[in-house]
Amino acid sequence: MRFLHPTPGLSGIPQEDAEARSREILQRARIYGEDRTLTDQMMLTRLDSVVNWGRKNSLWPFIFGTACCAIEFMAVAASHFDISRFGAELIRWSPRQADMMIVGGTVSYKQAPILRRIYQQMADPKWVIAMGACAASGGFYDDYCTVQGVDKIIPVDLYIAGCPPRPEAILGAIRELQIRLERQPVRV
Amino acid sequence: MEEKTAAGITGKTWPDVSLEPSTKEFGERIRLDPPVCGLPAFRVQPELLYNAIRFLKENKAYRFNQLTDVTCVDHLQNGQAPARFEIIYNFHSLPTSARLILKSWIAEDDATVDSIHSLYKNANWLEREIFDQYGLRFKGHPNMKRILNHKEFVGHPLRKDYPISKGQWLSEADDLLDELEIRHRLDPKDDDGDRERMTLNLGPSHPAAHGTLRNMVELSGETILYCIPEIGYLHRGFEKNAETHCYNMVIPYTDRLNYCSAIMNNVGYVKAVERLLNIEVPERCRYIRVIMCELSRIMDHLVANGANLVDLGALTNYWYLFSLREKIYNVLEEQTGARLTNSYTRVGGVWADVNENFEPSVRQILKDVPRHVNDSLKLVARNRIFLDRTVGVGAISAEDAVSFGYTGPCLRAAGVDWDLRKVQPYYHYDEFDFDIPVGERGDTYDRIMVRFEEMFQSCRIIAQALDRMPDGPVNIADRRYILPPKEEVYSSIEGMVSHFNLVMRGVRPPAGDVYDATEAANGELGFYIVSDGSQNPYKCHVRPPCFHIYSSFPTLAEGGMIADAIAILGSLNIIAGELDR
Repeated sequence: MRFLHPTPGLSGIPQEDAEARSREILQRARIYGEDRTLTDQMMLTRLDSVVNWGRKNSLWPFIFGTACCAIEFMAVAASHFDISRFGAELIRWSPRQADMMIVGGTVSYKQAPILRRIYQQMADPKWVIAMGACAASGGFYDDYCTVQGVDKIIPVDLYIAGCPPRPEAILGAIRELQIRLERQPVRV
Repeated sequence: MEEKTAAGITGKTWPDVSLEPSTKEFGERIRLDPPVCGLPAFRVQPELLYNAIRFLKENKAYRFNQLTDVTCVDHLQNGQAPARFEIIYNFHSLPTSARLILKSWIAEDDATVDSIHSLYKNANWLEREIFDQYGLRFKGHPNMKRILNHKEFVGHPLRKDYPISKGQWLSEADDLLDELEIRHRLDPKDDDGDRERMTLNLGPSHPAAHGTLRNMVELSGETILYCIPEIGYLHRGFEKNAETHCYNMVIPYTDRLNYCSAIMNNVGYVKAVERLLNIEVPERCRYIRVIMCELSRIMDHLVANGANLVDLGALTNYWYLFSLREKIYNVLEEQTGARLTNSYTRVGGVWADVNENFEPSVRQILKDVPRHVNDSLKLVARNRIFLDRTVGVGAISAEDAVSFGYTGPCLRAAGVDWDLRKVQPYYHYDEFDFDIPVGERGDTYDRIMVRFEEMFQSCRIIAQALDRMPDGPVNIADRRYILPPKEEVYSSIEGMVSHFNLVMRGVRPPAGDVYDATEAANGELGFYIVSDGSQNPYKCHVRPPCFHIYSSFPTLAEGGMIADAIAILGSLNIIAGELDR
């Protein structure tokens, strides 16, 4: 019997109880003489765990790249840093097919309605990473044309510091998002 | 005297031009102005502008066939100025290499100037920009509409009385149908009747739109009839920010103009400021700047060609080219402390001398470049799909290219053998042995191949510069411009005072104008700086090569397929940070 990423406390059942219950199921199976089949073929887990396991290892990013950060994201996607090691290499250019938006670069007031609309076009569940100083806070562009942080118009899950951030920081943010995803309830 | 020192800075002075006949023809209404750091300048009355410019363009003696730039200065804070606005035209003659500046005072109450869009094709967008930023109107302009700021913007942000941090939200993006209407009216293309036309929005968030470029196209089948580009999605207020920062504090902002080759912008900017200050950087600094610039040029072309080939579906090239870029990143990071936005130069020198790893690591890069680039070239040079999609696609004639203000690889691809490094050499470029690749047809194929070849030529320049780079200081000794070393600051009162002075008061150039240009990866990167003697530039205008090139995009794309437009767009290498500033 194997447990796939047990996440204690999420569905209200403590981990010990969950293990006890699975032992009970196993016991029952033994009574009916089917233990070999069951232990070989069955895996007990929670819906949350298995769905999140799938989600976190196949994040489909949508790059809302507007400026310098987008060039640095190109480096993340390219051969040296290789974002596919983290299961997030399938970069989608349609918001309908993506679940992780990376806002890389300065967002101007002219761009703002478009960013908001694209965010709304993404299907749930979706996560947003604000990459770099401009996306996080407007950066050093405190002026008449720059939105002072994309969190003024869309919800942001993670901020990455830097102007632009190093590729490792972007990979770190994706790892951080994956860790958070493990603990997230599937039903909202 | 001033002419002589200006010559020393650039190696060669801007070619002189005499306007004797024109002054005879126009009488008192056109007169000589003090030169702009070596560039001849004339003062013209506003009603005479159109005729004077036409004269300059068409007269056989001058042939100023390229409009380098048009900009405007708001003299609200200058009590001496006879009028509020000053419009500044910057011309360039490719046949004679001469340059000329025309200035004119425009009063606020009748802020109208004759449009010159019929003389120079790039004037259309330049005039729209001045209207957008300053509120000057151009008589006879076909489409006097905002270009960088959005349609609901109220006021003109580069006017001195517009507060820098006053942002204005936009409720909904422009549908651009009004501009399409204007195009329908001006040149109605034959309606083929049986097929239905369709308008299609490309961008600004589109895989091949490189982030922030938007085009509204009207299609007949898959053929583009009209193409309306909209820019300004990455307008970040470079010029307004420059007006509120000290001269050295502007350098990080220049990084983010063409962020694919940040150091070239740093060098272009400080070179203009140094020209204004009339200082010359030491020999070693010049060679370091040359090497850094050429490395950046290679990096820029790697991104341009890599991204362009991805757009054409050739993803493998991107892996090959970007792994080379990663190697150059490492060298730049070791020397400057940053991968992408280096901010390496300072007024009067560079941030720090290069370390002992510099030469061996750059020599290794010189070995790597041909290997990676040839790997990529082998994939495309005889590739049938690549040739079908690029040869003859988006061709532009040399004459049109000049009229649109093309510079850099795109101009050379159109068959014009023109490179600032050869024509008006700076930093010993005249002493290096290198060739300028020139195309024949001015199509997408030529633009890509010119960039590939330029990478090899940059390697030649770097190798020679490494051989000749002397020892010695990298910064000038003048304590008014360069921070003293730390031990001097902590141990002597003079050191501390000059440190304090420079940090608190900054570099203070004398009052005056300067225009200086360098050959950046995309073409002529020029800075027009107006100083009023204070620590901030009164006006800092950048002449971005992309802006002029992109204004020709409708001409290139119309009549072709949508897929061709994608190939053309990539080959122009439009960098939004530089386009929108």
